[in-house]
Amino acid sequence: MANVVDAPDGYAGSGFFATSFDKIIGMARANSIWPLPFATSCCGIEFMATMSPHYDLARFGSERLSFSPRQADLLMVMGTIAKKMGPIVKQVYEQMAEPRWVIAVGACASSGGIFDTYSVLQGIDKVVPVDVYVPGCPPRPEQIIDGICKIQELIKNEPLRRRNSPEYQALLESYNIH
Amino acid sequence: MISVDNAYIVQYLKGHFEKEILNIEEPYGFLTIEVKKEGLIALLVAIKNDSVLQMNFLTDLCGVHYPENANRELAVVYHLHSFINNVRLRLKVFIPASDPQIPSATAVFDTANWMERETFDFYGILFQGHPNLKRILNVDDMDYHPLLKQYRLEDGTRTDKVDSFFGR
Repeated sequence: MANVVDAPDGYAGSGFFATSFDKIIGMARANSIWPLPFATSCCGIEFMATMSPHYDLARFGSERLSFSPRQADLLMVMGTIAKKMGPIVKQVYEQMAEPRWVIAVGACASSGGIFDTYSVLQGIDKVVPVDVYVPGCPPRPEQIIDGICKIQELIKNEPLRRRNSPEYQALLESYNIH
Repeated sequence: MISVDNAYIVQYLKGHFEKEILNIEEPYGFLTIEVKKEGLIALLVAIKNDSVLQMNFLTDLCGVHYPENANRELAVVYHLHSFINNVRLRLKVFIPASDPQIPSATAVFDTANWMERETFDFYGILFQGHPNLKRILNVDDMDYHPLLKQYRLEDGTRTDKVDSFFGR
């Protein structure tokens, strides 16, 4: 049985279908996300289960992991990020092409988790902007999939001009990313 | 064959390094000897090369901070192991925080290299004669030595903990 995505809202008639670029491109992007797994600890193990046939992230169009940031759409940070690792997360993010999204998986990536200590970055949003936070220590694969679905909703509903907006530029500027 | 045990090591050290020994104890059967920093390296060389003792392995080297011990705030602890005799020895050297210097053991044990860098990283102890004494675990631009007890363990940038629940 083929898994077919519903067509976006639009005008259908005999031999034609009309909709906006926003919707059709959003639909295409949302169902072909290439994730870059940045896995540093146990949340990464949960992600491996998420990718496996049992939970099967491929159902959502994300079967192709991109281990190069240059082809990736979604940065998935899973695990504790030590302060020494912070600049590396930022460098990976900077190498990704727009449009790009970030998901912080687990308590450590979201807020530092139990590691309220001098050596650990207190959430990756200290160095890169984050779109979706998945709580849990570690989160179950179902939760990670739910986070991906939230990312898909963001992608579907994102206006094409968002990345050129002054608000978005100001957001990147606040992270000192150019 | 001589059986090498704690009593033998004490007897050996008292015979050769009487003046360097400050204190001897045996917590949980682990022979622990406090020595003066001046005699440390000579003592390490001697017990490593001694044909009977053969203390050939430096298991661990670390620092401890005792802020309440005036003029001996910092301790450097050496764990030695003789594979041949299967006997262990712990050496402690106390130094003042105002002058945190101690000779490096890298000339005796190569493995001391990274351990001394770690001890420097976390306690600021300066190992004289170390070939490359720089931070090893923490970020290079860190401007303090985080396991010294005057610094708080928690991170100051934490935002999701509030005073009423976590006392911050």
